[in-house]
Amino acid sequence: MTYHNPPTTPRRSATFDDYTMSEIRRAAATGIYDIRGSGAKRKLPHFDDLLFLGASISRYPLEGYRERCDTSVVLGARHAKKPIELKIPITIAGMSFGSLSGPAKEALGRGATIAGTSTTTGDGGMTEEERGHSQTLVYQYLPSRYGMNPRDLRRADAIEIVVGQGAKPGGGGMLLGQKISDRVAEMRTLPKGIDQRSACRHPDWTGPDDLEIKILELREITDWEKPIYVKVGGARPYYDTALAVKAGADVVVLDGMQGGTAATQEVFIEHVGQPTLACIRPAVKALQDLGMHRKVQLIVSGGIRNGADVAKALALGADAVSIGTAALIALGDNDPRWEDEYQKLGTTAGAYDDWHEGKDPAGITTQDAELMKRVDPIAAGRRLANYLKVMTLEAQTIARACGKNHVHNLEPEDLCALTIESAAMAGVPLAGTGWIPGKGSF
Amino acid sequence: MNVTTLAKSPQREVNYAPRVFDLDAAPLRELNLALHQVTDASDEPSWEVINPKGSHAVAAGVAQPIAVEVRGSVGYYCGGMNDKASITVHGSAGPGVGENMMSGQITVKGDASQYAGATGRGGLLVIEGNASSRCGISMKGIDIVVRGNVGHMSAFMAQSGNLVVLGDAGDALGDSIYEARLFVRGSVKSLGADCIKKEMRPEHIAKLKELLDRAGITDVKPEEFTRYGSARTLYNFNIDNADAY
Repeated sequence: MTYHNPPTTPRRSATFDDYTMSEIRRAAATGIYDIRGSGAKRKLPHFDDLLFLGASISRYPLEGYRERCDTSVVLGARHAKKPIELKIPITIAGMSFGSLSGPAKEALGRGATIAGTSTTTGDGGMTEEERGHSQTLVYQYLPSRYGMNPRDLRRADAIEIVVGQGAKPGGGGMLLGQKISDRVAEMRTLPKGIDQRSACRHPDWTGPDDLEIKILELREITDWEKPIYVKVGGARPYYDTALAVKAGADVVVLDGMQGGTAATQEVFIEHVGQPTLACIRPAVKALQDLGMHRKVQLIVSGGIRNGADVAKALALGADAVSIGTAALIALGDNDPRWEDEYQKLGTTAGAYDDWHEGKDPAGITTQDAELMKRVDPIAAGRRLANYLKVMTLEAQTIARACGKNHVHNLEPEDLCALTIESAAMAGVPLAGTGWIPGKGSF
Repeated sequence: MNVTTLAKSPQREVNYAPRVFDLDAAPLRELNLALHQVTDASDEPSWEVINPKGSHAVAAGVAQPIAVEVRGSVGYYCGGMNDKASITVHGSAGPGVGENMMSGQITVKGDASQYAGATGRGGLLVIEGNASSRCGISMKGIDIVVRGNVGHMSAFMAQSGNLVVLGDAGDALGDSIYEARLFVRGSVKSLGADCIKKEMRPEHIAKLKELLDRAGITDVKPEEFTRYGSARTLYNFNIDNADAY
């Protein structure tokens, strides 16, 4: 009788998991790093790790549907003659024409306008579609200066100087040749079909002292009318916020690593920057230390998905939030209705992130004339407006439950954390304890 | 010469004498507001700014075909985003003179600091002295003529337009250049990634002659220049070019 040793179950490596090995094979076959859109996909400490405490005997709630809970926010009152007043504290983040189709940009403008909030241009200049359909439009001033001109600067309602973004703090924009149509090429003063790698630094200033002078110039050109935002990626939020304030910003936009991009290297998205949750309290502390909290507004972005996320960001000290990826999903991005076509592209609905290739079945991240017809800007704009209103109602629901008559009255004291990591990052007690890691003993 | 610090003359009448604005007597804000309030250039075609003393953003955002003479040196971003105006700096200019200029002409009688003409889209920038580093960075259609030398990284990522240098160019000229044309009369310390020497064809001689004429330069010949531009090898990513980045 032959004795067979009992076999062991095949064991896969936690280090070399399926995705990792597929990436090694892909890199070996193609000789190029992986480029994709969207933000960090790895699991990170996030707003889901926080809970609201709600009212009880020691706190009393407001009556839903009867007692008012305000959601308005004023942005830019520090220096601008014409600050922006939004009905809701949720704005639409900067996304370029070029990375997005014209109908998608129009839909963002329509949806934001119905909901009473602002939308934002991107690395490619201002289009008539978005200016015409956006009641409040923020004009991004980026290192590439594609499409930049003083007329559009003056047509904007606010100016956002982009220093960095959460998906790639320290990196520039990227729009590959597949998406450089005649119109995109003309707006960017570049040949059709070439890969466009925008600079990572502004061409005519470096450092906070220069930034102060750049802000002065922009204010002079626009006769001090427009609020000036400064957008930074979630790298060193305390110092970046403090320096933006010192340079004269009216508003600081802080984008954590879950914030999306049209295209950049996967290694950049997943390995550079800090989670949104970790960025908020240091930024708020910088504002508080300078006596500027609520005077210079803080807009937080990167992975905001629902009203609970909105409420949590505000409770941690933000004045507003901004959404990009979620807004695209509301328009129809990654919708299962296009599953057959996602499969043909080697992916599946919910995972599609090759936005740089311009083949988006949903017609959003493309310049293909046929594909973009799939976006009905009126219907898509309505969906975005519905989504924004739902998020607002959700945030109000939570605020009322915490006894607040304005969403800005939410505070860290209303929160607890489910994990030690999130407690440390958010600076709120671990659930069931009074312990804030890093601040006192258990 | 009427010295005024008012934002706008009370009467609408043609003023042939230059309107003089003293930056010692009134703030920059009043100067730029007054310049922006010009809606008909024929009303007040001629302006003079005295005592700039290194002020930033002097005559930034002007959008009418007026003439502005600045008597002295200026700080950052003089004539920023200029559209149609003719601005002359009788002194030197700080960083970013004529940045994102749309049209018109800016002349610097002295030297210019970093980023002269950065991202400019049109018009003519003439620097009669030297220009520092990154002259014409990311230029998008502007024409720049420098009588002296330009510093390192000039015409970095230059997309369109012409940079003419009568003197020498520093390191990494035209690094990552797109479709801008560079004409250098003197030496080039080094060329940047994807920037190469190119043939001077008749159309380039003609263009250069036109640029020199517009800049009022008559003592050099177009044939004395060498043309540089993009080799276009980095326009689409190729891993085998990775060491060029």
